[in-house]
Amino acid sequence: MTDKIPVTVLTGYLGAGKTTLLNRILSEPHGKKYAVIVNEFGEIGIDNDLVVGADEEVFEMNNGCICCTVRGDLVRILDGLMRRKGKFDAIIVETTGLADPAPVAQTFFVDENVGRRTKLDAVVTVADAKWLNERLKDAPEAKNQIAFADVILINKTDLVSADELSEVEARIRGINPYARLHKTERAKIALNEVLERNAFDLDRILDLEPDFLGGDGHDHDHHHHDHGHGHDHHHDHEHAHHHGGLKHYHDEEMQSISLKTDKPLNPDKFFPWVQDLVQKEGPNILRCKGILAFKDDDQRFVFQGVHMILDGDHQRPWKKDEKRDSRIVFIGRNLPGKKIAEGFESCIA
Amino acid sequence: MSETRNDSASVVERIHAVAANGAVIAAHFLGRMAVFVLGDETMVLAPPRGEAKTLTVHGGAILATAVGESVIVTGGDDGKVVETDVSGTSRTVATDPKNRWIDHVAVGPDGAVAWSAGKTAFVQGKELCSIDAPSTVGGLAFLPKGFRLAIAHYNGATLWFPNAPQSTPEKLEWKGSHLGVTVSPDGRFLVTAMQEPMLHGWRLVDRQHMRMSGYATRVMSVGWTAGGKWLATSGAPQLILWPFQTKEGPMGKQPRQLAPSQHRIAKVACHPRQDIVATGYEDGMLLLVRIDDGAEILAKKPGDAPVSALAWSADGTLLAFGTDNGEAGILDLA
Repeated sequence: MTDKIPVTVLTGYLGAGKTTLLNRILSEPHGKKYAVIVNEFGEIGIDNDLVVGADEEVFEMNNGCICCTVRGDLVRILDGLMRRKGKFDAIIVETTGLADPAPVAQTFFVDENVGRRTKLDAVVTVADAKWLNERLKDAPEAKNQIAFADVILINKTDLVSADELSEVEARIRGINPYARLHKTERAKIALNEVLERNAFDLDRILDLEPDFLGGDGHDHDHHHHDHGHGHDHHHDHEHAHHHGGLKHYHDEEMQSISLKTDKPLNPDKFFPWVQDLVQKEGPNILRCKGILAFKDDDQRFVFQGVHMILDGDHQRPWKKDEKRDSRIVFIGRNLPGKKIAEGFESCIA
Repeated sequence: MSETRNDSASVVERIHAVAANGAVIAAHFLGRMAVFVLGDETMVLAPPRGEAKTLTVHGGAILATAVGESVIVTGGDDGKVVETDVSGTSRTVATDPKNRWIDHVAVGPDGAVAWSAGKTAFVQGKELCSIDAPSTVGGLAFLPKGFRLAIAHYNGATLWFPNAPQSTPEKLEWKGSHLGVTVSPDGRFLVTAMQEPMLHGWRLVDRQHMRMSGYATRVMSVGWTAGGKWLATSGAPQLILWPFQTKEGPMGKQPRQLAPSQHRIAKVACHPRQDIVATGYEDGMLLLVRIDDGAEILAKKPGDAPVSALAWSADGTLLAFGTDNGEAGILDLA
């Protein structure tokens, strides 16, 4: 159904600039109306007609899945907001700086009533260019927010040197190479880079290539400094400038694992394997995504997951000139890379 | 694809259509006056024949409703609790000091009104009392006897005597999120609807647990049949009726399953005198289902939106219904 209301989740450690971004979204002349769900105890100063205070009540589901947590207050608030259907175009959920994005995302998969009328659009994380490196060391929440994100804003770039910025970018890439990365001052960004991203739409699972490897000579980072309008592509000179000396970091705790094969997979092996994997490693797997080519199957199969929850479907027929590769990506904590790679290999038909 | 039900057993021609102009979230009766509460800020008062009247009762969406002897009580996202009588006169019972959403309302003995905003439940009887639940209140229900309120929340329910502030509220514990609560008419059983597709029950005398599971989706609508013999529920593609005739309740028993369909049941309303359940489906079909033999009468054909509101008049001769897209009507069965 296309008339589902998109919901954007804004995360970011305390003081990174979430509220600045939120106010920017609300004040731009886009002609759209937003319902905003904020934390009752969070930062204030949001100028919008429809602001709802949330309690961030997280609870576990009794479905045998220990990491399956849900935001109970969101179930209630989204239900209430849908009573005003037609009065707003989209919903933005601002979480507290210490929040884990997973329960918010899982709410959309677990609660049918919520999932039928609204859809999770993307998790957008605002990171503080100056302090993120420190927070990655001492705050597990900050690392979760980076690992979970579909879109990351490195904000307050004016407060750091080019070297420091490059360092923080490399740290982020060490955790999450797949998110769209933007560098901003005062959270200044074209709104189409943070809203209506369809990041959880199975039909749009395309971003399986690490963002910084977009090797066609264009810069896929979509930097927006002070010119704030929505170019989709910048040119080579910027590319060189920004990525000339990007270091490669490997975060000791949080990693991404990307696997690929050009041999068709056996669905009767793959599904039991991936289900078993998320059952066992679910608490450590924050996000996963995949595009799969099964033997004797002319349809592309796409799937995504949050912790133990998997969601997948046939997407469309493979195109004639398209390489039938299977690709799968996991982002998580202390993942057994070798075991996962061997398991994936064993699914080849 | 909609199903065809035997048209020979049909009362669809008895529908008196009511123009609702918006999603109907609840229906009630005040005597023979049908009241359709809409998801915006209005309600429609409609006599079985004659002209309907639309009233604006809130300054925002209506989130919760309940019916008392002579008033409809509503709670809104404007932070107000409002009572409206059959003449269409509204009175503000309370305004939340922080303008928080009024998530739930209930009407108790002697017209006492209960409501909740976030974690706090309030009762306005002779005086205003309040209690903080351990987490956001998921549902409210007065017990049939005594001045006692059941409050559903995360990890169980609390039973509270608003008039005895010194007494310790009784806790009923069960892990998980409890989103709705109902008490059997004899006061012996308390049942909650959970975030998971299941109900949880307690026999109040000894707090024996009852798990009622097997649903396809969250149970959003329940009702007790006349005398509390059965608990009728939505949430499955057939009418699920849990037996409560004996003092064991449904423990160790299978529910009765009637009126199967390819669409799930969205709303139920039990006839006040006979063992008949008005059963509304997600495809908009409405059936009257007799529990004894499972006989079905078609009351409304499938439409393009789920049945979202159902109510019987106290004498059981009128049935009001509404749907998510503003279809509404009154069936006169006299």
